[in-house]
Amino acid sequence: MATQRRLPGESRFKGWIYLAPGLIIYLVFVFYPLLETIRTSFYQWDGFSTNRSFVGLSNYLRLFQDQQFFQAIQNNIIFIVFYSIIPIIIGLFLASLLGRKPIPGLTFFRTVLFLPQILSMVVVGVTWRWIFNPTFGLLNMTLKTIGLDSLAKAWLGDFGWALPAVGLIGTWVQYGFCMILFLAGMQRIPGEYFEAAQLDGASEFKQLLFITLPSLRPELSVALMTTIIAALRVFDLIYVTTRGGPGDSTLVTGFLVYRAAFQQNKIGYAAALATIMTVIIFGISMIIQHLQKRWE
Amino acid sequence: MTHKALNKLIPNYLILTLFLLVIIIPIIGLVMSSFKTDIEVIEGPLSFPSTLRFNYYKEAWTTGRFSLFFRNSVIVAVSVVLVSVFLSTLTGYAFGLLPVPGQRILYPILLIGYMIPFEAVVIPLYHFMNKIGMTNTYWALILPQIGLSVSFGTLWMTTFFRNAPKDLIDAAIIDGCNRWDTLWKILWPIAKPATMTLIVLVFMWTWNEFLLALVLVQEESMRTLPVGLAFFQGRYSANIPLMASGALIVAGPILIIYMIFQRHFIRGMLGGAVKG
Repeated sequence: MATQRRLPGESRFKGWIYLAPGLIIYLVFVFYPLLETIRTSFYQWDGFSTNRSFVGLSNYLRLFQDQQFFQAIQNNIIFIVFYSIIPIIIGLFLASLLGRKPIPGLTFFRTVLFLPQILSMVVVGVTWRWIFNPTFGLLNMTLKTIGLDSLAKAWLGDFGWALPAVGLIGTWVQYGFCMILFLAGMQRIPGEYFEAAQLDGASEFKQLLFITLPSLRPELSVALMTTIIAALRVFDLIYVTTRGGPGDSTLVTGFLVYRAAFQQNKIGYAAALATIMTVIIFGISMIIQHLQKRWE
Repeated sequence: MTHKALNKLIPNYLILTLFLLVIIIPIIGLVMSSFKTDIEVIEGPLSFPSTLRFNYYKEAWTTGRFSLFFRNSVIVAVSVVLVSVFLSTLTGYAFGLLPVPGQRILYPILLIGYMIPFEAVVIPLYHFMNKIGMTNTYWALILPQIGLSVSFGTLWMTTFFRNAPKDLIDAAIIDGCNRWDTLWKILWPIAKPATMTLIVLVFMWTWNEFLLALVLVQEESMRTLPVGLAFFQGRYSANIPLMASGALIVAGPILIIYMIFQRHFIRGMLGGAVKG
């Protein structure tokens, strides 16, 4: 009776009264700017002069001839490996080690493993800049202590190493999250499945492959969605650690938008870039949600 | 526990502990660095500081102006949390339990805000705020983040209200409760855990938010903590104890809230809430 039905004598628009304040703030400060970004992407504008000229699709065409754009997209894709694929593999591995039995100290493990998720990415960036610091960073000093001086280098300033180094920060942030997510999902799997499999002589690896993984589909899709979107959205971390450098070796789409819009005053171009970034993130969310529905 | 099970448990614990150390060592190292002198930093990354010195915290707090950034962050985060959680309760209630003409269009429109990257709104927001003279005010930091938080908050609270016990609502209506009273007298008490989760998530996101705060205010005195820390990093990146102290001032409040409400953090974020 109560679900979304009108009460006797109640106005049809009662719900709108409750909706209005939140919706209006949202429409003015989020939805309108979103539409405005899309509109701006069809104009050429320097951000302060009064003349904006309509240029159709030329910002987009320019984008697809731009070496930096492809570099940024490529780096975002590489970040998916570090933010998503590696953490999901580590998370699955750790969760299956723990299994479904409650183990002593689990709450403590959980609290610590989840910790990187709640920290500001600026704090994470500052922490890892210290670790990667060439002279008194944790990494190089450890390498020197164990006699591997030759491996020490300026990680974030090295053309070959900067990207994997920043990527590893993403792995550090995400794997605990993935593990806890999978561990929660595994509590759902009936124990008899594993007992039956053991009786049939299935190895642990086979149990993981044929029982655990299929049962964890909902968690896998949450993990994929969350971590892939995080990989595509990276901005704060790059701003604090490398600013896209050295050269453009750690350039990502989010940083390119910032640079074009607020340092180079190429507003139309930046808007086109932001629009493409949004479309990609939306597309991936849709695909994963669709897969999740089909799996269920 | 059988001998065999124990034999398996020990290596598992070792591997788990290894991955635990990978997470905790950088954080412990940061905490220890914040208490060290310049010389102690060079002596060893994980050595203990000889005494607990707070002089770099003081330096960050005063000369680094972190006291100011801290105040800005508190004002912004508290306002965003209070307003957006209240408004999300109303929108969630409407979408969950009230007749809403146009719901099929309005609901997806509201949810878009939860999926978009902030890059998608920040450019027009900057020019819009500039035009109406709002840049360098708290409004510039608060209003867009209320909008973004209401988006996730609506999703969160609608889900809660749709699953609320129907008998309870029916009984309230039969007893003559109007919609407003049903919400605050009947549903609000059972919504407290869900609301608490929403509060800690919105607080964390607002406290940690970077791009909007970087772009929408330019005056140093209006910066929030993460932006203050990023600029600080640009100036003093070689001074490890000072940077560590600054980073821990930024992380401190979130760490404390996490220690108290960690169940809420984990529950909310496992539900698919995205970290940017």
